[in-house]
Amino acid sequence: MNEQRRSLLKYSAVFSLMASTGLISVAQAQEWNKAAFEGKSLDDVFKVLGGGIPDKSAAVTLNAPDIAENGAVVPVGITTSLKAEQMAILVEKNPSSLAAQFFILPGTDPFVTTRIKMGQTSNVYGLVKADGKWLMTVKEVKVTLGGCGG
Amino acid sequence: MGDPMRVRAAENGGTVDVKILMKHDMESGQRKDAAGKTIPAWFISTIKVTANGKDVFSGQFGPAVSKDPFLNFKYKGAKGDKIVVTWNDSKGDKRTDEATAS
Repeated sequence: MNEQRRSLLKYSAVFSLMASTGLISVAQAQEWNKAAFEGKSLDDVFKVLGGGIPDKSAAVTLNAPDIAENGAVVPVGITTSLKAEQMAILVEKNPSSLAAQFFILPGTDPFVTTRIKMGQTSNVYGLVKADGKWLMTVKEVKVTLGGCGG
Repeated sequence: MGDPMRVRAAENGGTVDVKILMKHDMESGQRKDAAGKTIPAWFISTIKVTANGKDVFSGQFGPAVSKDPFLNFKYKGAKGDKIVVTWNDSKGDKRTDEATAS
């Protein structure tokens, strides 16, 4: 084991400890969340986000079409009546489940809309983190033409 | 330096509605070229928005966000707020654009 690797190990251990104890605020944790985005399944992503499988909540609204003609452009929006800290969009059957994650700062409305790609008909999950707890709502979006392959 | 993005910000009743249209291929890493070789993923990974120098919104994208990503959010602000949007992509490229809330 060389020196560089040792210091890297030490650094990453400290960093993860800081993150887990909440020393790093949302604004500082701007580094791309590689582990979460590389999660192949919903469970992988839930594990990285922390807090286990989110409870379903009626307070979370997912705006997505019933049928998306073009899987390359599927408009998806999340709103909630809760005081959201974070939001995330997951697509169950995409090669990597997590599509996007948002940090809602104080003074910003718990509302976001974006467009995502879907490889095939799948359940889309809208996640909201409020009071340190992840909540979710699910909707199936039928895709006529996939948007991930060639 | 990426292509310019379009940023629209409109104030209504104390809330500023921000719409951002970024110009980026958002290569998924799933597609193959004519020779059957996988085209490596290349996408916007982080985006940050400030209004008058204060952080109002930040997000992280995976390759599953559509080509030329669109983003819409709202924050409590006023007319004339200076909105600065910055994105970074997975190849280390970045782009910053500004708009004024109207």
